[in-house]
Amino acid sequence: MAQKIKYASNVQRAPAVVVVLFILPAFALFAAVLLYPMASALGYSLFEWRGGANLVRFNWFENFVVLFTEQPYVEQMPRAFLHNIAIFAGTLVLQNSLGLFLAVQLHKLGRMRRLFQVLYTTPYLVSPLVVGYLWTLLLSPSFGPVNAALEWLGLESLAVSWLGEPTTALPVLILVSVWQWIGFPVLLYGAALGAIPPELSDAASVDGADGWRRFRHVTLPLLTPVIGTVSILTFIGGMETFTLPYAFGGATGSPAGATDVLSLLFFRVSFQSGASNALGVSSALATLLFLFILGGALLGRRMIRAQEERLS
Amino acid sequence: MNDTTLTLDSVERAPSGPPAAARSRRRRRSPQAVVITTVLWLYAAVCVLPLLTMIFNSFRTHLQIATDPWPLPTDPTVENYVSAWAEASFGRYALNSILITVCSVAISTAVSLPAAYAIARWRFRGRGALEGLFMSGLLIPFMLAILPMFYLMDGLRLIDSPLSLILIYSANGIPFTVFVLVSFFRQLPGELEEAAFLDGGNHFTVFLRIMVPLVRPAIATVVVFRFVPIWNDFLMPLVMLRSRDNYTLGVGLTTFFGEYQNDWASLFAGLVITTLPLLVLFILATRQIIQGLTAGIGK
Repeated sequence: MAQKIKYASNVQRAPAVVVVLFILPAFALFAAVLLYPMASALGYSLFEWRGGANLVRFNWFENFVVLFTEQPYVEQMPRAFLHNIAIFAGTLVLQNSLGLFLAVQLHKLGRMRRLFQVLYTTPYLVSPLVVGYLWTLLLSPSFGPVNAALEWLGLESLAVSWLGEPTTALPVLILVSVWQWIGFPVLLYGAALGAIPPELSDAASVDGADGWRRFRHVTLPLLTPVIGTVSILTFIGGMETFTLPYAFGGATGSPAGATDVLSLLFFRVSFQSGASNALGVSSALATLLFLFILGGALLGRRMIRAQEERLS
Repeated sequence: MNDTTLTLDSVERAPSGPPAAARSRRRRRSPQAVVITTVLWLYAAVCVLPLLTMIFNSFRTHLQIATDPWPLPTDPTVENYVSAWAEASFGRYALNSILITVCSVAISTAVSLPAAYAIARWRFRGRGALEGLFMSGLLIPFMLAILPMFYLMDGLRLIDSPLSLILIYSANGIPFTVFVLVSFFRQLPGELEEAAFLDGGNHFTVFLRIMVPLVRPAIATVVVFRFVPIWNDFLMPLVMLRSRDNYTLGVGLTTFFGEYQNDWASLFAGLVITTLPLLVLFILATRQIIQGLTAGIGK
């Protein structure tokens, strides 16, 4: 309430011309380059196109039907989708176990905390393309340092072609994407931990709660909102990931489609397939993905709300 | 009863009379604490060692890397950088990336500043709707926009021009920039403007001379946080650029990795060149980045 009154006293008026002059540059750029293409994007998927952007006719949901009935989409789309889900699930599990553990332990440190935060966040700031190529070199079966280290440790049997085998390529992709991303949850969890009044935890220990129970019943419920927010961001990131899989397996998700994801499929259909109606089909794919992400994010928010109410 | 639930742990800590420093020193010595500290350092090594390997190997020759991928560079060479920079046109790519990133950040900040100021400080019709419209841009999935943007740029004959990327990134940065700046402008006291008007200022001079300088910290945050994703973006340049002379570092890196497959030393140098500006930025603005990433949580 106090905030509102203060805010109201700040607000002033200006002549309409001045307002327009202040707003117009941002609005024009935003509307022309972002809003207009976005609005047309939702319509693209409902039309048939020929050779680029030549309109043929309105064909209702036929492009969506094609995705679910015709090759190669009917084979590649579910596979890519499962890979996206695996990347999301793997990241979710690791950031809420390892990531949460690291954040809680860092929170107990004094001066060293900032140093660890910086070290853990560094991979997050490096381009996913650089990360992908770097790990391709590090994991290379010929002169990769990782396999050299494994052999030095006497673990020759583990020194496989990590990104060359379909069975190991996806797990490696998941682990590397966690390696890059996890500093972000660690930082956010740390900030949320810092906002918990120490009296709460102290009160619980006076009441005789041990470390684990204090964490479970005092700290964890207070972290639910931030864990929820980060999980939704992880979901969006997992469903939209493009650059890291591209660096590992190129546009086809090699080996044998083991690292294929939806955005790579979209890229292939849009720019490499040469199909006459590529625009219609790939727009349908992008629309489906958009709806799935939107639905998932909204569902996630509802789940967090419910969880918060249950815990409080 | 409470007494029955007292555990060893809390008994040990029960006489918590001594200062916190003594307590924490004792805790650090316990076996559990040693294990935890080890884990923290191990994970730090997992984070940093790959990046250090990248940097070290970029100063070694291909032969040295092939025979022994681990040790420190004993007689460092800058040969790899010379060949990547000159022969593999990384100099050209870096220039393109810098031009695109700097222009995009500058344009989106320049147009967002007055818009954010108007939204934050003035009452006018449609203000709420306008703010909501800008905010909706934060939720736009990039993939859905790629094809329409591609055909928009195609129509403007801007395919294979850095200008297409500058336009896209500038527009794409507006929602975030407005969002951050509005919250800063709102915190400034109203008396500032009143005083400036009494001194004979008009809306433009008050905005430029008084208000913009006051939100400089917010501008710094916005610049840092727009710089990183634009510098790192790969999909847009991949779609929009055709000729080698216009490549950004990301797209240049992909052709480089195809052509220099057997020259690992140069590959590592290429990776470092692509990352270096970000590392410099990170070192210069560590505090800003960490505060920005955790904004809105805690204090």
